[in-house]
Order: sequence, then C-alpha cells, then structure tokens
Amino acid sequence: MSELAAHGAHAHPPGFAHQFEDMAQQKEAGTLGMWAFLVTEILFFGGMFTAYIIYRSLHLPGFITGSHLLVVKFGAINTAVLICSSLTMALAIRSAQTGKGRGTIIFWLILTMILGATFLGLKFAFEWSKDYAEHIVPGAYFGFQYHPSWGANAPYVQMFMCFYFFMTGLHALHMVVGLGILAVLVGMTAANKFSSQYYTPLEISGLYWHFVDIVWIFLFPLLYLIGGRY
Amino acid sequence: MNDAPAASSVNYLNANYGIRSWLLTTDHKRIGLLYLAVITFMFLIGGSAAVLMRLHLVEPQGALVEPDTYNKLFSTHGIVMVFFFLVPSIPATLGNFLIPIMIGARDVAFPRLNLMSWYIFVAGCTLGMIAILSGGVDTGWTFYPPYSSLYAHTPVVTMAMGIFVAGFSSILTGLNFVVTIHKMRAPGMTWFRLPLFIWALYATSLIFILGTPVIAVTVLLLGLERLFHVGIFDPAVGGDPLLFQHLFWFYSHPAVYIMILPSMGVISELITAFSRKKVFGYSMIAFSSLAIAIISFIVWGHHMFVTGQSVYAGLVFSVLSFMVAIPSAIKVFNWTATLYKGSISYQAPMLYALGFIGLFTMGGLTGLFLASLATDVHLNGTYFVVAHFHYIMVGGALMGYLGGIHFWWPKITGRMYPDLWARLAAAIVFVGFNLTFFPQFVLGYLGMPRRYAVYPAEFQVLNVMSSAGASVLAVGYVIPLVYLIWSMRYGPEAGRNPWGAKGLEWTTPSPPPTENFETPPIVTEDAYEYPVAAESTYPNAPGVARV
Repeated sequence: MSELAAHGAHAHPPGFAHQFEDMAQQKEAGTLGMWAFLVTEILFFGGMFTAYIIYRSLHLPGFITGSHLLVVKFGAINTAVLICSSLTMALAIRSAQTGKGRGTIIFWLILTMILGATFLGLKFAFEWSKDYAEHIVPGAYFGFQYHPSWGANAPYVQMFMCFYFFMTGLHALHMVVGLGILAVLVGMTAANKFSSQYYTPLEISGLYWHFVDIVWIFLFPLLYLIGGRY
Repeated sequence: MNDAPAASSVNYLNANYGIRSWLLTTDHKRIGLLYLAVITFMFLIGGSAAVLMRLHLVEPQGALVEPDTYNKLFSTHGIVMVFFFLVPSIPATLGNFLIPIMIGARDVAFPRLNLMSWYIFVAGCTLGMIAILSGGVDTGWTFYPPYSSLYAHTPVVTMAMGIFVAGFSSILTGLNFVVTIHKMRAPGMTWFRLPLFIWALYATSLIFILGTPVIAVTVLLLGLERLFHVGIFDPAVGGDPLLFQHLFWFYSHPAVYIMILPSMGVISELITAFSRKKVFGYSMIAFSSLAIAIISFIVWGHHMFVTGQSVYAGLVFSVLSFMVAIPSAIKVFNWTATLYKGSISYQAPMLYALGFIGLFTMGGLTGLFLASLATDVHLNGTYFVVAHFHYIMVGGALMGYLGGIHFWWPKITGRMYPDLWARLAAAIVFVGFNLTFFPQFVLGYLGMPRRYAVYPAEFQVLNVMSSAGASVLAVGYVIPLVYLIWSMRYGPEAGRNPWGAKGLEWTTPSPPPTENFETPPIVTEDAYEYPVAAESTYPNAPGVARV
C-alpha cells in the first residue's frame, strides 16, 4: 500500500518494477530474459552432449554394453511422468491466463510438483540405488571384477556410466531447482500476486520447466534406447 | 550550461549512505562501482604475480623463486587476469554504469539479478583467492588434463570452481545486457542510433551467453574427474585430453573477444569524441562487432595446430582465423578515417585510444603469423605467443579500459583528475608496455619457450629489457590509481559534459541522479552528430580551448 501511495497518481499494477515504462515492456523483458537463459542452458548441456556423442562414436561397443545396464522401464515411466508434468504446468498457466481462481492454479502447480517429485523419487530410490548395489557407479568401486565378459570394453562401460550420471545428475539438479521455483509460485499464487493481466512469473517458469523436460526427452533415447536393444 | 553544482544536488552517490546502501543496492551505477573495486583488487593480485615473474627472469637461472613457485606465479597471473579481471573489466564496470544511461533507461532490465551477478562474481573471486592462498595452482590458466586432473598437487578443484562460479556472473550479466539493449531503449533510440559502445557490448554479451556455459561445464567435468578419479579426459581410461582442449578453447578463444570487443567499443567513442567528428562508417563498425562475435566461435582450433588435431581441421581453422582479421581491420581503418580531418585534441583518454590503435594493430598482425599453419609450428608455445596476446589483451583491452575509465571518470564521480598526470601516465604505460613486450616477440622468434623458469644465457639482454619495461609499466598503472582516488575528493567539479562530447550520458548531471535522467530522454538524432551545441564546463576541454 505504501508503495502505491508513494507513486501517488500513478498507481501501478501489482508486480510492476520501477525500471520499466509499462507492464508490456516488463513482460517482454522477462520473457526474452528467460529465453536467453535457456539458450545458455542449451550450451551448458551441449558441452556434455558433444562429449557423449564423440565418445559414443569412438567406443561404441562399450557404450552399448553400458546402455544395456540401464533399465528402460524406469526411464520410460519417468518420461511419461515428465510429459504429464509439462501438461499440468501448461494448464496452470492457462488457468491464470483465463482468469480462473487461485485455487485452480495452485491445484495444477501442486500436481506438477508431485509429478516432478515422482520423477526424482524414481531416480533416487529405484534407479540410482540399483546402480549402486550393482557396482556400476563409476569410481574406485566400479565392478570390473563382476563383469569379466566386458573384457577390453570395461573402461568404456565405466565412461558411459560417467556420462549417464553426469547428465542425469545435472538434469536432476535442474528438476530440484524447478521444484523450488514451483514452490515459490505456489506461495505467490496464494498471496494473490497473479491475475489474467499479470502472470509473467508463471509463464517464464513454465518455459524453464518445459526446457528441463525437453532435456530429458533427449537424454532418454540417447542413454537408454539407442544401445541396439530394440 | 547552467546546471547546479553537482555536489549540492541529489545523485546516485549521495542519495543514501552507509555500507548497507551499497551492498544491497540495485542501482546499476553503484553495482558498476562495486565491480570496479573488486576487479581493481584482483588486478593488483595478478599484477603482483607478473612483477615477481619478471623479477625472477632477470637472470638466466632465475633470480627469485623456486621453479615450482614460478609455475604457480604464471598460473596465478593468467587465471586472475583473464577470469577475474579482463573478462569482467569493461562490461561489468563501464558497461554496467553506461548501458542504461547511453540508451536512455532508468536501469538495466533486471536490477536484482545484476546485484546477484556481483555477489556471484565475488564468490568466484573468493574461491580463486582461497586457491591462491592455499598454495596456488601450477597448471597454467589453461588447465590442460591429464596434468590438471591427475598429477598436479595443487588446489585445482578450488580454482576451477572459482572460475565456474565467476562464469555464471558473466552469463547473467550478458543476459541482463542483451535484454536491456533489446527492450529498454528510450523513445527514438533506434538500433542504428545506438552508440557504438553499446553495439560492442551487445556482441560481447552474445559471447557471454553462448560461450561461458561451455567453459562452465568443461571445468565442472574436470573437477569431477579430479575429485572422483573417474572421467572422460584421462587417456588411461580411454578419455581424450584433446576433447578438453576443444571445449576449453571453444570458450576461451571467444573470451579473447570478450576482452577486446568492449575496448573497441570504448575506442569508437573516444576517437569520435576527441576528433569532434561523426564516426566514419558507423554501420560497418557496428556490424564488424557482430561479425567478430560470430567468427570468434569458429576459430578455436588455431590453438591446437600442433596437438594432434587433424591437419585438414587445422587448414580450415587457419583460413577461418584469417577471417577475423577482416572485421578487426574494418574497425581500425574506420577509426583512422574518423581521425582524418578531425579537429583532434590530445586529452588523456585520447592518448590511450591512439595507443590502442597502434598496439592492437601490432597484436592483430602478429596474430596472423600464429594463424598460419606453418609459422605457428615454429612459434607455438614461445614468447612470440605471449607477446602477441599481451599486445591484444594489455595493449588492446587494458588500454581501452584505462581510456574508458579516464573518459567517463568525470561522469562517474563528478570530478576531474589532473590532466597532466593523466597524460604522463598514458605515455608511461605506452612506453613501458612496448619495452616489456616487444623484446618478447624477438625472444619467441629466437625460440625461447613460454612458462619456463630458466633460459639460456644468450637471452638475458632481451629478458632484462622486458623486466625493465614491466617496472615502467607498473609505475604507469600506479599513478592513475593515486590521482583517480585523489580526484574523488579534491578534483575540480566536472559538470555535465567536460569533454564536449555527444551521447545521452553527457546530457545528465555528473554524477547522474539515481534514475539517470531528470526527465526521460527522447532521442531525435543519430549518434555522434558533432559539433555539440552546448558549451563545455571543464576549462581544458577541447571545445573550450578552441574558443
């Protein structure tokens, strides 16, 4: 209230930042900023994708063996979970856009969080723990001795697992950040910050969430599927 | 102009006081000064390492330190100067201060993100300082594995994390600038009315956004490999150290242009301001900035001609590297054409600008020697390379930075510095620089390799010349530090437009008010439409001296 009073006659809409001329400019800036950020993210993941592709072409047998160590079932379920979470995220934005009440927005946001948490839960509790038990986590305890059939390919199986853990780990980290953002959005929605006129934070957070999903859409076939299994 | 004395009016410096008002500020001008403080400190660290190296190399067997310490000195010098000084130098200080003012905005698009970038940068510098204080790394600034990942017994991970963290400051700053330049321009400020400094920083920001994430993920992989002894660069497990080099130079070559492009932007401003003449070939200079940014991403292989990269790749990289010379030369020719028949005055910033043109031209032309496959085989890893990139990074980037600081200092602080001292310092820097680095061209041509703590006795004369030059150069850097700090309190008031220059930043009081302009500006003319109608307020300004 005091901020409104300070501006006197120029009562600004909620969420308006002083450096902008109007809400339209603010929204354009926010959207462009998020797209630019996603470009940096593509480059960030791009370094790893490049390394993966180069080594895959150099050490194909080891990478195929490595790929067979992964359980496609988990990856497939997680893919479905993530795609659903993208849908619920889009529905949350749509609810804000069409002026639905904050209850509806919060419902979709919470559902998105549940789906995101499901993804992470599956990863931590089922996949990575299984990998750990099977000694296929790279490092000093990597189970060369359990898999004599790997032969000369063993180092490249380990390298594949390195990429697997680096890339899915980095992706999981982005999911965790995304969950944090969603929690903030729930709080902002509950505090009535959004309306059909102003929902930029929802929209650009949605961009981020979809981006993280798309990274997974690339990771899933690259790591799980193209090992010559099907 | 009949503006009120700067000291009595409310401006961004006296709007509020206290350490809190600085550390929690979202004002882009204050954030620029916060950066200035930190990078000046980092510059002193990196400079001290350089002085120790040059002292050591006075004698062929080394005069000062153990060889291991020497390795740490050149690594510290390189890492600090590149990642913690040159990369943020102009963009984070002058860029932060000037971009919103030059385009007629109240602030950058994301002021809180801007402040966060500074804290991230400080965190990166802190990690770097921890690494230095816990012994320092000895890998060189390039961190090539497997040495860095397996064999070095120095805090490589801490230093790599410092670079990783500081990189995010660059990314966020670049993002902020891109959005600001796209979306925050004042009415009438079309793309082709933007000052050329803005074009240069726009190109720089593109490199920040596109290049820095790659170095971030590269040093992350390096750190993980070193920490967990797993990895992808270690040849023992089938990794390829060359992949690291490819990824490293994919960022680090464009990083050279992160350092030089902002300087080129500054020089475009200085040359036109002190020639009293509209810049020659505005759009060519603007587009050459973008061309440099784009081409910079496809030339990285010229750092790897002798590393086992395919010869055909080397050929292509060689040709592409020559292409960078074209937009760079366009700039130099356009600056020269701007000088032609201008009414030139030799204020201190102009001395830096003219020095820049000469030194950058030398640095650029010697770069062509290194871009040629055959000559590079001979010159690779010698002092010729060291001399070449110092002509670009010190003779180019640093001269531009100092020129820019001197040009906009009256705008930043509202005070003038002593002109005679400033001219003297500029001359000392020029002489000291050439004395330091020209002999290194000869040393490199004669075959002296870089990064060695000892050298054959016949190289001593040239090495002593270089060390003597470094001492002169150090004096040239200390003098401005003294008189600029002095001027903040005792310098005469500068007024709005001490140089009689064009540009929105000169239409607002010095120092500017918190929201930059008394009334939001509306732009009605192109950049650099000289002469300036308004009179200058500083007695030595060229516009006044000629009346």
